[in-house]
Amino acid sequence: MMSFISYFINGLSLGSVYAIIALGYTMVYGIAKMLNFAHGDVIMIGGYVVFTVVSTMGLGPVAGILLAVILCTVLGVVIEGVAYRPLRMASPLAVLITAIGVSYLLQNIALLVFGSNPKSFTSVVTVPALKLLQGKLIISGETIVTIISCIIIMIGLTMFIKKTRAGQAMLAVSEDKGAAQLMGINVDGTIALTFAIGSALAAVAGALLCSAYPTLTPYTGSMPGIKAFVAAVFGGIGSIPGAFIGGLLLGVIENLSKAYISSQLSDAIVFGVLIVVLLVKPTGILGKKINEKV
Amino acid sequence: MEKSMKINFRLNKTLKSNIITYGIVIAAYIIVQLLVNAGQVSNLMKGLLVPICIYTIMAISLNLTVGILGELSLGHAGFMCVGAFSSALFSISMLDAIPNAGIRFFFAILIGAFFAALAGIVVGIPVLRLRGDYLAIVTLAFGEIIKNVISVVYIGKDASGLHFSTKNAMALNMAKEGTVIINGAQGITGTPKNSTFTIGVILILITLVIVLNLIHSRSGRAIMSVRDNRIAAESIGINITKYKLMAFTISAALAGVAGVLYSHNLSALTATQKNFGYNQSIMILVFVVLGGIGNIRGSMIAAVLLTLLPELLRGLNTYRMLIYAIILIVMMIFNWSPKLIDLRKRYFHKNRAEKERA
Repeated sequence: MMSFISYFINGLSLGSVYAIIALGYTMVYGIAKMLNFAHGDVIMIGGYVVFTVVSTMGLGPVAGILLAVILCTVLGVVIEGVAYRPLRMASPLAVLITAIGVSYLLQNIALLVFGSNPKSFTSVVTVPALKLLQGKLIISGETIVTIISCIIIMIGLTMFIKKTRAGQAMLAVSEDKGAAQLMGINVDGTIALTFAIGSALAAVAGALLCSAYPTLTPYTGSMPGIKAFVAAVFGGIGSIPGAFIGGLLLGVIENLSKAYISSQLSDAIVFGVLIVVLLVKPTGILGKKINEKV
Repeated sequence: MEKSMKINFRLNKTLKSNIITYGIVIAAYIIVQLLVNAGQVSNLMKGLLVPICIYTIMAISLNLTVGILGELSLGHAGFMCVGAFSSALFSISMLDAIPNAGIRFFFAILIGAFFAALAGIVVGIPVLRLRGDYLAIVTLAFGEIIKNVISVVYIGKDASGLHFSTKNAMALNMAKEGTVIINGAQGITGTPKNSTFTIGVILILITLVIVLNLIHSRSGRAIMSVRDNRIAAESIGINITKYKLMAFTISAALAGVAGVLYSHNLSALTATQKNFGYNQSIMILVFVVLGGIGNIRGSMIAAVLLTLLPELLRGLNTYRMLIYAIILIVMMIFNWSPKLIDLRKRYFHKNRAEKERA
């Protein structure tokens, strides 16, 4: 029983990371109607920035995370401006191939700069582990910080979208790009802002992910990125609470299947969930059904 | 009268184009054979001949999905993996039953194509209900699932037949003289090396016959109509699911054939990220994109060039993947950016106008 609870809590922690990453996917998908394949690799870049600042330059973890957030935000906006903006009118296939290209580009730049040897990441979390029930149940500091930051981000983002003008502009653009433009909303600016927020969250997710799983390679981001997309689809793409629920569920499913079924098959199970969800309820748990107009 | 002449002329045009495509393959084959016989080909290049055939078939096969069907599949290496493992399993277990290598390899190719097609149907039925980005990510997921599942499978053979397990080699419960064929993550060892350049080229030609004839058939036009406007195609009574599934399954079967060549070119085969993972699928996508989406001849040429170039320019190897990534991005922006389209219109105005009329 204790081990089940411990697996479950670890699953929540992993799920919180997925949820933070899934937010980036879901916001970009909601507004730009594109799957930003490179999102997972922004996480990896974030991880490397924190690693460089903390382990190589010897600065504190706070400086590392701040710098990572700034650099990833800039990176996200640059990617959007250079690679995606010219393709706003292109076919979805072309946009998707470009996004894959960007993802590949980031991976290979990281490979050239940092090499293929895994780097051992020092955790950015200094919170001590929590011992419950006379030490039978140990919850690591990383787990606590990850879950709490996920909740803070979720609340903050919901408030941002509900209360601020920029947030309202985002909603408007995601509803109808053309109409939003006619109402005087700067559509390109709003999309860039969405990428900025998504990438900043990716940097945070990168630091948290690498703290919990401390090996860092140029491919670190790609699997969690894809799984977070699964989480976003699971919860209903375009929906922020959906990303949260989907992320948590997926993290728990993955950790429990790793513990009780097979560690090699856990990825297959996670992807199996995606396929079942898409077949049974393609819009996800909280997604809205959109009728197609001819 | 005039109308029938026009149709005739049209047919001849496709026929001519097809003959050129076949001609390129045959000419390339003859030239390479002459060079090999003259001793002008290094061992390194000889080792590349079969992989070139494999990637050419993969590129043609993926182009059927991406270019003709208009859906992005990121799990193509998964079908190759199915073809590779099923055929290798067949070849090893039939080593004594069918002593003739040629006949055994022929059946191995059929088996590989069959199982890959089966995987294509199983994957296709649920997946093709989805569209665009979802389809891409689900095919990617399927590719990963196939790879993961194969690396936990154990199959052994003894006098009483095949044994199957997902735990470990000991759980197979075989008789003493039994041998393990698929050893989980360690994969298959001892596949007969039957793949040759000649067989590869014959398979490329067969692939071309299948794909080119499909494109210019009634079914092919139906598939392309689904690509161009799904709703319009549906409204004139085209069975979308049927044609999508047809193209996808044929594409998967051809990838399976490439997998058969792949597994019978190596004595040890494992399902790793490197050979059957997502990266392999992307690399083949690069061939298709560079050769021209929907252009079968182009993807063939791109596959050959991009397999040869990194080997010829050894120094480039470190930057190979980087260059692939840039190719993907630049090609897409070049083709779709409104500014660049304007620019091209201005400079190649004449050509473009002609093309639009045709």
